[in-house]
Amino acid sequence: MNQHTALLDVRDLVVRYGAVTAVDHVSFTVDAGETLALNGPSGCGKSSTVAAVLQLRRPENGSVRFEGRELTTLSERELRPLRPRMQPVFQDPYGSLSPRHRIRDAVAEPLRVQGRWDAAGPARVAALLDRVGLDPAYGDRFPHELSGGQCQRAGIARALASEPRLLVLDEPVSALDPSVRAGVLNLLADLQDDLGLAYLFICHDRAVVRHFADRAVEMRGGRLVPA
Amino acid sequence: MPDAPLAPRTPPSASPPPSPRAPAAPGALLSVRDLRVAFGALEVVRGLSFDVRPREVLALVGESGAGKSLTARALLGMLPRGTTTSGSVRLRDAPGSYAELVGATRPALAALRGRRIALVPQDALSALSPVHPVGDQLAAAVRSVDGVSRSQARARAVAALDRVGIPDAARRARAYPHEYSGGMRQRAVIAMATINEPDVVVADEPTTALDADLRDQVLRVLGEQREAVGAALVLVTHDLGVVRGHTDRVLVMYAGRQVEQGPTRRVLDRPRAPYTAGLLASLPPADSEDGEDGPAGGAPRPGGSGRRRRLPALPGTPPVPDALPPGCAFAPRCPLAEDRCRREEPGPWTVGDGHEVSCHRWDDVPYPATELFLERPA
Ligand SMILES: Nc1ncnc2c1ncn2[C@@H]1O[C@H](COP(=O)(O)OP(=O)(O)OP(=O)(O)O)[C@@H](O)[C@H]1O
Ligand SMILES: Nc1ncnc2c1ncn2[C@@H]1O[C@H](COP(=O)(O)OP(=O)(O)OP(=O)(O)O)[C@@H](O)[C@H]1O
Ligand code: SF4
Ligand SMILES: [Mg+2]
Ligand SMILES: [Mg+2]
Repeated sequence: MNQHTALLDVRDLVVRYGAVTAVDHVSFTVDAGETLALNGPSGCGKSSTVAAVLQLRRPENGSVRFEGRELTTLSERELRPLRPRMQPVFQDPYGSLSPRHRIRDAVAEPLRVQGRWDAAGPARVAALLDRVGLDPAYGDRFPHELSGGQCQRAGIARALASEPRLLVLDEPVSALDPSVRAGVLNLLADLQDDLGLAYLFICHDRAVVRHFADRAVEMRGGRLVPA
Repeated sequence: MPDAPLAPRTPPSASPPPSPRAPAAPGALLSVRDLRVAFGALEVVRGLSFDVRPREVLALVGESGAGKSLTARALLGMLPRGTTTSGSVRLRDAPGSYAELVGATRPALAALRGRRIALVPQDALSALSPVHPVGDQLAAAVRSVDGVSRSQARARAVAALDRVGIPDAARRARAYPHEYSGGMRQRAVIAMATINEPDVVVADEPTTALDADLRDQVLRVLGEQREAVGAALVLVTHDLGVVRGHTDRVLVMYAGRQVEQGPTRRVLDRPRAPYTAGLLASLPPADSEDGEDGPAGGAPRPGGSGRRRRLPALPGTPPVPDALPPGCAFAPRCPLAEDRCRREEPGPWTVGDGHEVSCHRWDDVPYPATELFLERPA
C-alpha cells in the first residue's frame, strides 16, 4: 500500500523569520495527477510553505522530496535542472514576471533555458497565450501594460511553458473575473487529465476549492490542523 | 433561486446622449459623464457615465481587461503616462457645487487625493514603499493631511491596522511590507486609503487575497466610514458574492463600455445583457453552509476518481482593444447575436427603474439568464 512514492513529499517543514515561526512542522504529500488545496486564514503560513517547498527560501528544518529526490540538501546548481519541473505561479500577478521583459520573451524563456527553442517556438508561445485566454497580440507588451488579470494569465502561460510535473499555484485565479477564471480552471483540469500534472493549490474561495481540488489540508498559525 | 421581479414590458426608452455637460444626479457625491481613456488613438475606456450618492456602493465588474482599473485610476487623475482622458468626473465639494477632476492641475488633484477621494490600487505592493515600515507610511499619510502630532499620527496608524484585522497591530506597524503576507499587505493598503476618511473611496479588487471572514470585516470597515461621514464607495471586484452582499448598484463592463447598469439585486437576479448572464453562468456551484463532503471539508471529492465537471466558460476570448469588431463588441461570443448586432452598437436603453442595458436583444434574454450558456449535449 505504501509502496508508491508521492510526487511531492513534505515532512516536518519549518520556516522561521527571526524569532517568528511561520511554518511549524508541516507535512503533506501530493501525488501525480492530483490537486491538493492548502487552506487557511491570511497570514497562517501558506506562501511561506510553498516558498520552502520550491526551495526559493531554504527551510530551517524538514525534508522536501520531489520525484523521490531530497531537495533541501541540493545546491542551487543542482536544483537548476529540476526547477522547470516544479513551477510557481505567485500570489502577486505582477510578481511572476520581470518588468523588463516583454510577455512573449517571458513565456519563451523556459523553452530557451531548456534548449527547446526552435523554429516552432514562436507558435508555441502564441498557443500558450491563447490557451490562457490572452490574445497573442499581448505578447508584445510589458507586464505593466497589461491588466491585473492579463498579467496573472501570462504568469500561468510562462509556468506551463516549461512543461512542469508540479504547479504550485498561490491564488492563481484571484485577479480573474468568473468567466475567465472558469476558462483557466478548465484548462488546468484538462492538462491534469491529459498529462497527469499535479497541483498544490492555494485559493481562499471555498467554492473554487471545492470544485477544483481532490483533497485539502488546513493550516492555522503555521501548523496543519484537522480539517 | 430567488424570485426575480419581472421587468415591465414597456418599450425601452433611449437614454439621452451622454454629454460631458449633462448635470449630476441630484445629491450625487461623484458624477461621471462620458468618461474616456485612450492610449494614443486607442480608446480603452469608451464613454462611461454613472453617479454615486452618499452612503452608496457602486460595483464595477466585467471581463479581465475591460478597463476597470483604468476607470478607477481616471477617477483620481492617476493614469499612467501616455494616456489621455476626456469626459467629466465631478466631485461634490459643497451642496450643489462640484470640482471637475478631468483636466484639473496636479496641485488641485493632490489637494483632493487622500482626503476627499482615495484609491486602493489593484497592485497592493505598488502602493507601499519597500523601504519604510508600514506604520510609518500610514502615519505620514495622516500627518500630510492633519497637522497632528507624531505620536497621535502613530496611534491612528496602529488603530487603522487593527481595524482591518492585522494581529498585534502595534508590533506589526514596525514591520516592512515584505514581512507581511499577501492578505496583510492588501489590508494595510486599505487602512492607508481610508485613514483620512475620504468622501469617496475607489477600491480596485481590495479583497482578492482575503478569505470570506476577513473580506467581510474589511468591507465592514469601509462601510462604517460610509455611515459615519456619508462617504461613498466605488468597488471594482470579480467577486459576485461581494457584489450581491455589499453593493447597491452595479455597472457591468465589456471591452471598455457599459453593457448593463442598475440596482444590484435587479441586475444579478434578472440580467438583461447576455454578457452579465455569462458571468453568472461561470460561477462554480455555490458554497454550501455545512461544509458537507467537498475537499474544503477535508474529505475527497464525492465521486472519487470521477473527473470534475467543467465550469461553463464563455466561448472565445475577450477582444483586443485595437481589433474590436464593429457593432456590439460581444457579438463574436454571444449566443443571441444576429446581423444587427454586428452592424450597430446597441443602446444604452433604460429598461426599468434605474436599469440600463446595451443589448439589441435584451428582451430575449431568458430567465434564468444563465441558461444561455449551459453546455448542451450535441
Ligand atoms: N520575509 C518575512 N519576514 C518576516 N515575517 C514574514 C516574512 N514573510 C512572511 N512573514 C510572516 O509570516 C507569516 C506567514 O506569512 P505567509 O505569507 O506565509 O502567509 P499566508 O498564509 O500566505 O497569508 P495570505 O493568505 O495573507 O497570503 C505572517 O505572519 C507574515 O507576516
Ligand atoms: N500601460 C498600458 N499600455 C497599454 N495598454 C494598457 C496599459 N494598461 C492597461 N492597458 C490595456 O487597457 C485595457 C484595460 O486595462 P485595465 O487594467 O483597466 O483592465 P481591468 O478591467 O482592470 O482588468 P483586470 O480585471 O484584469 O484587472 C487592457 O486591455 C490592458 O491591456
Ligand atoms: S447586442 Fe447582440 S451581440 Fe451584443 S449582447 Fe446583445 S444580443 Fe449579443
Ligand atoms: Mg500568501
Ligand atoms: Mg484591473
